[in-house]
Amino acid sequence: MSRRHRAGWSSAPARRFGRRSAWIGAALTLVLAGAAGCTSSDRGDAGHAGGDPGQPTGTVTVLAAASLTETFTRIGTNFEAAHPGVRVVFSFAGSSQLASQINSGAPADVFAAASPATMKTVTEVARDIDQPRVFARNQLVIAVPAGNPAQVTGLRDLSRPGLKVALCAPQVPCGAAARTALDTAGVALTPVTLERDVKAALTKVRLGEVDAALVYRTDARAAAGQVEGIEFAESAVTVNDYPIVALPGAPNPTGAAAFVAYVLSEPARTVLTEAGFQPA
Amino acid sequence: MIVASRTRAVGGRLPVVLLVPALIGLAFLVLPVAGLLIRTPWSSLPARLTAPGVLDALRLSLVSATLATLLCVLFGVPLAWLLARTSVPGRRLIQALVTVPLVLPPVVGGVALLLVFGRRGVLGGWLDSTFGITLPFTTTGVVLAEAFVAMPFLVISVAGALRGADARFEEAAATLGAGRWTAFRRVTLPLVAPGIAAGAVLCWARALGEFGATITFAGNFPGRTQTMPLAVYLAMETDPEAAIVLSLVLLVVSVAILATLRERWTMTS
Repeated sequence: MSRRHRAGWSSAPARRFGRRSAWIGAALTLVLAGAAGCTSSDRGDAGHAGGDPGQPTGTVTVLAAASLTETFTRIGTNFEAAHPGVRVVFSFAGSSQLASQINSGAPADVFAAASPATMKTVTEVARDIDQPRVFARNQLVIAVPAGNPAQVTGLRDLSRPGLKVALCAPQVPCGAAARTALDTAGVALTPVTLERDVKAALTKVRLGEVDAALVYRTDARAAAGQVEGIEFAESAVTVNDYPIVALPGAPNPTGAAAFVAYVLSEPARTVLTEAGFQPA
Repeated sequence: MIVASRTRAVGGRLPVVLLVPALIGLAFLVLPVAGLLIRTPWSSLPARLTAPGVLDALRLSLVSATLATLLCVLFGVPLAWLLARTSVPGRRLIQALVTVPLVLPPVVGGVALLLVFGRRGVLGGWLDSTFGITLPFTTTGVVLAEAFVAMPFLVISVAGALRGADARFEEAAATLGAGRWTAFRRVTLPLVAPGIAAGAVLCWARALGEFGATITFAGNFPGRTQTMPLAVYLAMETDPEAAIVLSLVLLVVSVAILATLRERWTMTS
């Protein structure tokens, strides 16, 4: 084995590269220059967009909590229709993951989080950041596979022995809310998994791998047909505020401001309430 | 040996056009690791290492990677033998299938594992209804996920060693009256032992770093399915310093094991 390896390292074709090395060097330089060129032209574009106040242009990059996937996708389409020529690009993930991406310098225009606590991790670090505005509220339900095979009726059922429950990890907002609800109800349960965001927890229910999960009402509703959402009394303490903010240093500040304003407007509010969010 | 003498021969007129990209390549591979060391919060390191959960995750990682490697050796060596020494019909197809997990995104592997071994999976449903065994969300699930992504490393390495080993020794053993199994056990295995060792090390290292298939198939629960890479990922969300410390531990363990094993097995022949 090792002998074959050594032969490979010093094989004849390797020596022929001597003459071509100049070409490789040149190609490498071109690639690097090309990459640098792309970045600078992107910046220039965004700068141009910022120079024309009022009318948004170019691309608006929105980082949004996973639980906003369906609603923000629709709101983004409506926003694009209202502002021809503007493109909205979304990155949906756990709020905390997005927050840490922003704090490590991810180029983004808007951040919509699933909890004020997560939003705070961004506003604390950033300078000259606007006051985040709460645009929606959400609360937890128990999601069970269609038909509710484990006959779950309330939070207490979740601690039944043998029942498999998925929760969000306590690091992400839906996990923090789940913990509050369980503590308030005095229910002690050991989940089988702590998922990285609410969609991952919901997926485990959709696949039937768990009997129940605590997810947002909107997520359960979005998966209607495969998943049933069961409301529970203690969910009142789990109401999560969703704040949104235009990020300082946004590549497209005009677009960012326009998108935030749109999310707070009546048409967006309608989309949100239809999906099961409560108005802020 | 060969490498050393050749390098010396051309060393005097090593072209700059080669040397510069080579050094850039080296820096690219080494700098991120250096960055980890630079940003490590050394003063709070001991406290963070003994924080609850860290040692659990490390122990789980080491145990599951080792078990996955054992599984891979147990099933991978015969599989490599099948590929290298026999002419079963569809050998090329088998060879292609064996390499699929190598190029498959691990998350896809996790999804596939769920569809087969999950509670409603083809095999998983049967296991659950007949024996009451569920594999997702268990340490066994972690081992399976790791074995799935790591097995090709072992099979390819061992198959390569088998092809490189002289089959005439086995033929000689056969003419001296040894059965096929005896010849395999007494002649072939010792012959390719370094190849198996090298493959096992690669396999172990891959299993130790496994993330996508594990979080998809086995979930994430501290002490049961939360391995180091998963702990690093979640720590990164709220406490980047903790993530750095966890990464450092994983790095030290991997480098230490790779270094000792390489010295012992793969460099000696």
